Amino acid sequence: MKSSHQIELTAGIFLLLAIGALIFLAVQATDRGVVAGGGYQVTAYFSNIGGLKPKARVSMGGVSIGMVESISLDPDTLEARVVMRISDQYDDLPEDSSASIFTAGILGDQFIGLEPGGSPEPLRDGDRILLTNSALQLEQLITRYMFDSEGDD
Amino acid sequence: MSEILASSPSITLKNVSISLGGRMVLDDFSLEIPAGQVTAVLGPSGAGKTTVMRLITGQLKPDSGEVWIDSERVDQMSARQLNRLRRNLGVLLQNGALFTDLTCFDNVALPIREHTALPEPLIRRLVLLKLQTVGLRGAADLYPRELSGGMNRRIAMARAMALDPAIMFYDEPFAGLDPISLGVARRLIRDINQALRTTSVVITHDVGEVAHFADYCCIISDGRAVAEGTPDSLSDSSNELVRQFVNGLPDGPVAFHYPARELADELLEQDLSR
Amino acid sequence: MSATSSPPGRLLNPLRQLGRAGLFLLTAFSRMRLTRFQAAETLRQIYFSGVRSLVIIVTGGFFVGLVLTLQTYDTLSRFGAAEAVSTVLALSLFRELGPVLTTLLFAGRAGTSITAEIGLMRATEQLDALDLMAIDPMERIVQPRLLAGIVAVPALVLIFNVCAILGGVVFAVFMMGSDPITFWSNMQATVELWRDFGHGMLKAVAFGFLASWLAVYFGWTARPTSEGVALATTQTVIATAISVLILDFVLSAFML
Ligand SMILES: Nc1ncnc2c1ncn2[C@@H]1O[C@H](COP(=O)(O)OP(=O)(O)OP(=O)(O)O)[C@@H](O)[C@H]1O
Ligand SMILES: [Mg+2]
Repeated sequence: MKSSHQIELTAGIFLLLAIGALIFLAVQATDRGVVAGGGYQVTAYFSNIGGLKPKARVSMGGVSIGMVESISLDPDTLEARVVMRISDQYDDLPEDSSASIFTAGILGDQFIGLEPGGSPEPLRDGDRILLTNSALQLEQLITRYMFDSEGDD
Repeated sequence: MSEILASSPSITLKNVSISLGGRMVLDDFSLEIPAGQVTAVLGPSGAGKTTVMRLITGQLKPDSGEVWIDSERVDQMSARQLNRLRRNLGVLLQNGALFTDLTCFDNVALPIREHTALPEPLIRRLVLLKLQTVGLRGAADLYPRELSGGMNRRIAMARAMALDPAIMFYDEPFAGLDPISLGVARRLIRDINQALRTTSVVITHDVGEVAHFADYCCIISDGRAVAEGTPDSLSDSSNELVRQFVNGLPDGPVAFHYPARELADELLEQDLSR
Repeated sequence: MSATSSPPGRLLNPLRQLGRAGLFLLTAFSRMRLTRFQAAETLRQIYFSGVRSLVIIVTGGFFVGLVLTLQTYDTLSRFGAAEAVSTVLALSLFRELGPVLTTLLFAGRAGTSITAEIGLMRATEQLDALDLMAIDPMERIVQPRLLAGIVAVPALVLIFNVCAILGGVVFAVFMMGSDPITFWSNMQATVELWRDFGHGMLKAVAFGFLASWLAVYFGWTARPTSEGVALATTQTVIATAISVLILDFVLSAFML
């Protein structure tokens, strides 16, 4: 039987170990930075966003730089309004960058890819991306292809 | 007499009935335990002696009847009142019930630490004194499992008297004690009673012992108090039941067997059904 | 007696048990007094239920991580998506497997000994003795074990998850030769601190509470005999396993 001092000490070490595990997991295994409220917001309007969902990835050149924060329908233009949050470390993206909606693989999730423009002015918090390409919809492509080929017959 | 009553409480059970597990254990049971004396509660095994004690400590509530300690009615106490009452009770349970994860020292120290704010050195001295009176100061740092059954019982006795309670209950204090410890335990019960005028209730079925330490006796059988009086008056009693009990005869008013059907009937029935 | 054996009585029995367990919990918490003794005793119980479960949690976690990665790796490579293995590993661990498996192991290792300990205390009249010394056994025995479970299970879940992820690293990186940087960055890119990790830890707290509650309750209500204590230990494991799985579903449904 251990003395009560030893027991309390061991229990303390155990709890420290657990806190260490907590920090390790929080830092090493999860997506912090962008989610944690840092970064800046930009908006883009698309005529069709396909299956894009909030929290989707925003990338440039294949590298994740942020995520989709919210999606809503603009009541005037009836376009989809997508708000993105870009990580602070990418604060020098050209103002005239364009945004497109892509699909990761055939069945993968949809994400926004930014294509850099040539302007020396950087994108700032609250800016709007003017150049957008809507989602390519697989269903539409297939339907069009099928009806077209039917017409040919 | 009045002086004794003032310093130590008396116990009264009035027309108490209680059934446990569907069996009537005490039926219209009445008992007066005088203040400041050593009272022996005698009775055959299963007579309800422990049940009487559990009624007085408030662990059991009677189905009907009243339980009084002095002018306080125990059977109607709230949990908080019971808690206050029990600070003045010392109870030696039938099997000792020591805490197996504490040393003997800590077992005895537990009630003192819990209910007083004494500094640790003083507690240490108190505990060692209590252990000394039961002759087990040397076992202070051992765990109960490292001691024999009789030693466990003596430690439990030291724990029960740790706070110098106003009432002491001893449930079978002599079971499992060798003749020497038995003599010591007997003397101890008397000493505690003498020193503080502690009302002491000793539950036992050892009739021969009673005369050595008890001022007053009560014999329970079949859920009733069948005889009361001084040890001498009981041994001279002409009551058949008392005589059977005192002389240890298997046949008489006290049934040695747990209530059952005739043995022959039961055996016969088994044979038939086979 | 007759109420429990008649058919409607038998149907109502689990419900009555639940009610009794609820009342028990209520009493335990209504008499909560936070003293220094209480804190020290809780720490001691964290040792008994937490530290002593470490071995099974560490080995269990490591091998769960290993085999989970092995299976996922194999499945994902058929779709050419093997690099997603770290994401699948972390998500399934954080959200489900970590809390659920840890609680099941905890119930088997610590829950049973809590039940047996309290059941034996009941059987050997130690609880009665406390009562008779005007010491509340709820406060002294039950509460520290309840509190310790609420702390120890989340702590064990964290350690389980770390070990499982290390198991994943061992398989994917050292045995399959995946790129460690991709392994970690894929995980980081998808796993969200609050929605995946935080929710999983909320589950862990709830499970710890449930597991220690059931362990203490079955010990407290055990019949004071050897069979009674044995039965109570079994009941602890079964009741914890079933109710954790049910609660897991309910919580997952609410959190998503
Ligand atoms: N919890 C219980 N449930 C059912 N029956 C009980 C219970 N406790 C005691 N009894 C019954 O009550 C009777 C009296 O029990 P009690 O323990 O008071 O006897 P006792 O006089 O102390 O006997 P002993 O000298 O053997 O200790 C016994 O016949 C026992 O069967
Ligand atoms: Mg008895």
